[in-house]
Amino acid sequence: MTLIEPLPDVGGPAQPLLDVKNLTKHFPVGGGFLAEKKTVRAVDDVSFSIAKGETVGIVGESGCGKSTTARLLMHLMPRNAGEILFDGELVGGTLSMREFRRGMQMVFQDSYASLNPRLTIEESIAFGPKVHGVADKEARALARELMGKVGLRPEVFANRYPHEVSGGQRQRVNIARALALKPRLVILDEAVSALDKSVEAQVLNLLTDLKREFGLTYLFISHDLNVVRYISDRVLVMYLGQVVEIGPVDEVWDGPAHPYTRALLAAMPALDPDRRTQEPPITGDPPNPIDPPPGCRFHTRCAFFEPVCAEACPPLSPVAGGAHAAACHMVVPGSGHSRAPNAGATP
Amino acid sequence: MNAPLVDIRDLTIRFTGERTVYAVNGVSLSLGEGEVLGLLGESGSGKSVTMRALMRLLPKKRTVISGSVSVAGQDVLAMDDATLSAFRGRTVSMIFQEPALALDPVYTIGQQIAESVKRHEGASDAAARARALEMLELVRIPSAKRRLDAYPHEMSGGMRQRAMIALALACKPKILLADEPTTALDATVQIQILLLLRELQREMGMSVIFVTHDIGVAIEICDKVAVMYAGQIVETGTLGEIVRTPQHPYPQGLLASTVHGARRGARLQTIPGTPPSLDAAPAACSFAPRCAHAQQRCTERLPPDVVLAPGRTVRCVLAEDSVAVS
Repeated sequence: MTLIEPLPDVGGPAQPLLDVKNLTKHFPVGGGFLAEKKTVRAVDDVSFSIAKGETVGIVGESGCGKSTTARLLMHLMPRNAGEILFDGELVGGTLSMREFRRGMQMVFQDSYASLNPRLTIEESIAFGPKVHGVADKEARALARELMGKVGLRPEVFANRYPHEVSGGQRQRVNIARALALKPRLVILDEAVSALDKSVEAQVLNLLTDLKREFGLTYLFISHDLNVVRYISDRVLVMYLGQVVEIGPVDEVWDGPAHPYTRALLAAMPALDPDRRTQEPPITGDPPNPIDPPPGCRFHTRCAFFEPVCAEACPPLSPVAGGAHAAACHMVVPGSGHSRAPNAGATP
Repeated sequence: MNAPLVDIRDLTIRFTGERTVYAVNGVSLSLGEGEVLGLLGESGSGKSVTMRALMRLLPKKRTVISGSVSVAGQDVLAMDDATLSAFRGRTVSMIFQEPALALDPVYTIGQQIAESVKRHEGASDAAARARALEMLELVRIPSAKRRLDAYPHEMSGGMRQRAMIALALACKPKILLADEPTTALDATVQIQILLLLRELQREMGMSVIFVTHDIGVAIEICDKVAVMYAGQIVETGTLGEIVRTPQHPYPQGLLASTVHGARRGARLQTIPGTPPSLDAAPAACSFAPRCAHAQQRCTERLPPDVVLAPGRTVRCVLAEDSVAVS
């Protein structure tokens, strides 16, 4: 009898579970007869790491590259450049793709599209373990056990098909399926976004419980800033394929350094009838990620625009007095922006 | 007191076909001039279906409607097709969640707005085009003149939504029905559209029914709120009353389960269970199976619609008790 064991901890607690370096994905578009060839810079030189047991959130608007980043991490599409290390091992190098897939699983936004409509819930959850060599009977037993863990009574749900259960229940099935291979890292790509609010809270509680029980690490992608603040330890704010701010979620929320992060936070509805939003924090739509603006990609919408912003792309730099970093000329010492700290000053 | 602009009485909508769905079960609501009413509820609560009934957009063959819908003194359910097409766009307009689906892909924005003006007001081509330009400027589309000749697919999501608002308001309707118009938009764009709608509503003095599942959005725009659950209105009141002192256990639970301001790691309060399937007309309180305060009488008969004050109603036995005490 083969049972799935979680991948062993290789590097110890100090080694990040996931280390992403200079991840880049460009999609060519156009280039047909007489059409100009263009490039969508969906993900451009993104680097970050996720510590063991941590929950890292990614926020950003549509087209910012957050879902492409998730798909690249899962190796669901080839990348143009960059390195992905899982617990210190290069995926495809010392760590085989087969092992890696066990170590990292993903839950998608559309709970219906991500399940095979011809498989019952039990079959869907048991499918992965069977592919990895678990006998049918054991795989089914495991599926039933996991259904219990995600709050679905196996005797009621095991033989149902995806279309026979509600959206919240289907998302629980997807979570159970992701856990069936005993992963160490789970990517949740807008996993609660399509759920009704009363169901969303249930699933968030479930994710918290499962994280504790299985010792999981999460990468939580969402456009909902309230949910990201609630669930994440650290957060990445993305804009047009780049990370513009990264750091501990409370620090970023309480003292956002990038004008885009500030605008994003200010755009949240106030939830207080006496303190309605009076002015939109920024105007216009996010620009098209096809051929994004040169220099800082946010400069076309930024209230603090100065010529330097259109010339050079600001690197992620530590924010004075804090543990987070922002990619804005206003925090880069000696960048040439009038609000930047002096070059000699220590951050 | 004037008669309300919109007066819906005991509206019941049932879809027939392969299976029967009791989508709306006895909804009554009224809307005065210049008011912004939020219709708050989760998917399947009947909020969009109620809006569609107001415009008679539901498929005739498969829909059984009873009750009465009166808008500006006209009986909407009795209208013939000619009256209906004069009514739509002129008295009541609607904007939708997906402007890409609501706009016609083969006509330019300018043509679509001009068509509506010509049809309803008999304006000349030139006057209609001038109005289209005026409308695009009103909704703050940059370089409006150039955008008149743009097709919907050439615009971004936020611009398309602005264009749809321009189209809906072109004939200065008395009532605007907004069905989740900001749900598909990014956060920074959503707030721009909400503020635009708020400003246009004030300038034009129109009445708005704003359908949303997002209480944060409702707070930004509504004066009054009606909360829907399983095809019924369970509570109505001013925005402040609903947000600060909800009486019905469902809105209470909805507000308590919000992630906003919750401490990380702390358990979120939840409403257990899922909304009921709507394959039978409700014979008892639809929320009772999920309600922490449910009593025997909740599962035996329909809860009373208790009037606490004018415009403040709660469909719950608990409210009945509190009224009886006072």
